[in-house]
Amino acid sequence: MELTGAEIIIECLKAEGVDYVFGYPGGAVLHIYDAFYKQDDVQHILVRHEQGATHAADGYARATGKPGIVLVTSGPGATNAVTGIATAYMDSIPMIVITGQVPKHLIGNDAFQEVDSVGITRPIVKHNFLINDVNDIAETFKKAFYVATTGRPGPVVIDIPKDITAEKIAFEYPAEIKMRSYNPTVIGDDEQIRRAVDLMLKAERPMIYTGGGVIIGNGSEQLRTFTRSLGYPITQTLMGLGAFPASDPLSLGMLGMHGTYEANMGMHHSDLLIAIGARFDDRVTGALEKFCPDAKIIHIDVDPASISKNVKVDVPIVGEVAPVLDTINALLSKSAEQTNKAALEKWWAQINEWRAQDCLKYDRDSEIIKPQYVVEELHKITNGDAFITSDVGQHQMFAAQYYGFDKPRRWINSGGLGTMGFGLPAAMGVQLAYPDETVACITGESSIQMCIQELSTCKQYGLPVKIINLNNGYMGMVRQWQEFFYEKRYAMSYFDALPDFVALAESYGHVGIKVEKTADVRPALEEAFKQKDRLVFLDFITDREENVYPMIPTGAGLNEMILV
Amino acid sequence: MVYELDNSEAVEMKHIISILLENEAGALSRVAGLFSARAYNIESLTVAPTDDPSLSRMTLVTTGTDEIVEQVCKQLNKLVDVVRLVNLTDDVHVERELILIKVKAENEQRDEVKRIVDIFHGHVIDSSDTTYTLEVTGDSEKIDAVLKALEGMTIIEVVRSGQLGMGRGAKGIM
Ligand SMILES: Cc1ncc(C[n+]2csc(CCOP(=O)(O)OP(=O)(O)O)c2C)c(N)n1
Repeated sequence: MELTGAEIIIECLKAEGVDYVFGYPGGAVLHIYDAFYKQDDVQHILVRHEQGATHAADGYARATGKPGIVLVTSGPGATNAVTGIATAYMDSIPMIVITGQVPKHLIGNDAFQEVDSVGITRPIVKHNFLINDVNDIAETFKKAFYVATTGRPGPVVIDIPKDITAEKIAFEYPAEIKMRSYNPTVIGDDEQIRRAVDLMLKAERPMIYTGGGVIIGNGSEQLRTFTRSLGYPITQTLMGLGAFPASDPLSLGMLGMHGTYEANMGMHHSDLLIAIGARFDDRVTGALEKFCPDAKIIHIDVDPASISKNVKVDVPIVGEVAPVLDTINALLSKSAEQTNKAALEKWWAQINEWRAQDCLKYDRDSEIIKPQYVVEELHKITNGDAFITSDVGQHQMFAAQYYGFDKPRRWINSGGLGTMGFGLPAAMGVQLAYPDETVACITGESSIQMCIQELSTCKQYGLPVKIINLNNGYMGMVRQWQEFFYEKRYAMSYFDALPDFVALAESYGHVGIKVEKTADVRPALEEAFKQKDRLVFLDFITDREENVYPMIPTGAGLNEMILV
Repeated sequence: MVYELDNSEAVEMKHIISILLENEAGALSRVAGLFSARAYNIESLTVAPTDDPSLSRMTLVTTGTDEIVEQVCKQLNKLVDVVRLVNLTDDVHVERELILIKVKAENEQRDEVKRIVDIFHGHVIDSSDTTYTLEVTGDSEKIDAVLKALEGMTIIEVVRSGQLGMGRGAKGIM
């Protein structure tokens, strides 16, 4: 039987086990939408802005590990998707973005709603395709899913001219695909692994530093075994939180610009750094010339280009995190050699001294609502087991510092690109993937307004996301930098006219609650989480000038933190 | 531990990199885009299909410290279109570049130009009443030397192919 290009696209998605597509229609994709109409295997979620579609697909992917799927029209549909594609790219999230294109004979003519989508997205995708022939659709989709989900994952864009989606051919989906130019399977080099294990056992002041790669690579179990068998301190990046439980005493919390004192001091004074699925981002290392002056560095990563990019490492291990850690765990359990107990005891004593600084303390008796307190209460009421998405700013850091993630894939935020507007649409993707789980979006009054239109999508699909708006009346993170580095000249970091968020939520058909006193925080949260099938928008009026501490100012080393 | 600390050895060197890539629309712009996006420099770049028309062979010359060039190679290798990459600088290899030079050649200059071409084993491939067009191939040094030898003449235009390179010995790039 012959199918149209549009029907073939649906068949490809079915063959890949896709359940949701996030999208928005337009001229160039109308054949595809018509094909959607005629089936109900793949559900299409209609967002309110294409950026929302990309973040929703991204949130879905981060929570499930499966690729997120986006469908947008040509021209403005594609350009609106760009921010979300870049967001996914920076955090290595698997995503397939189908963009409509003008018919082939019009390409290059500045046709209505024509942009060079492949050209525009080239630097922010793992790979992209422009399909020229209806016969290529199936193979291109097979390749796209393969590339997006293997090795270091990332978004893949497929640009499809409209005429092709109407042409008819027989459909056959390739059972497997081989690409001579792409071979993502790498297993760690045995010799390097042995060298690494040797260094690990001899270390006197070891530090395990892990990133989002452990979560993306599903290496959380292995990391737990590894860390506990050595008994070494571990710190995780913003992207890595949850891979190792925050509640485990071996965990020193997050490191980097707003990391804990003990994590950053531990990094700085370590003699062996074991970096796993992390990429030595500038927000983590601080000033490179001051970074870990005494440490030998082992780096395990699936992407060879991440190794020795910013910081030169001594033992590079290129490979997928989970199998590499399996090998290391096996070697450790067989090894006759023991870790250096005496040295480690001293090291832990030192770390506990740093810990005693209690760098995350804040005024718990404040009558004005402290944002940290809201996050701590949220943790309690959700038993630390919710999916938490966030936007970008102080609230994101408070969420990372105070929620205490014990499981992977529960903490969903835009770390690499730092995209305001990510939180709400991402929460929709998570909630669709896990309809029975608790999903909360921790946001700020500025960030939430960047994709506020998605409240309407939540209504349409009955997504009971809980929005925790930490409303300080400022673009808090910008204001903090202006306070510290621009003598409190608060240029453009506040809005003169904020909406009434309660009324706004209600106008979209949701529940809104405004909370103004510390004493009301807990009851408001209780009230909100009781409403299992409603979206509740909690507008917490928080301390206007609270700052995120500790902080490493730009240009400083990890041992040069500003404490409260 | 960090590059800044061992800057003493961070000398910039010219590297010649040979790349086999899928002969597909966009492959070239992926390579070129990578260089501009990451602020690497390209000194020259040549590309054309191979005996297998589904593949293109590219020779790329770049300068940088060893660390930078290592990153360049890793990032290039990451491109999904790149089938194989070899930094020829790491091993013995041959390099060739072709230059076309249109030079003024009138009266006694005509013999002088011919003499210079002969010295460099080049050819006159076109001529007019007042000019010769010369073709010379060789490694970059030789091409530079030809241009130097012609310094006294009036050069009308020059086009260089950019370097091509191949490893020595029996082995191919695959
Ligand atoms: C799309 C986008 N534009 C600008 C920024 C720069 N930026 C980072 S944090 C921030 C302020 C965020 O304010 P708000 O959402 O109110 O959160 P708060 O810091 O107050 O918690 C801004 C403007 C950004 N990260 N993303």
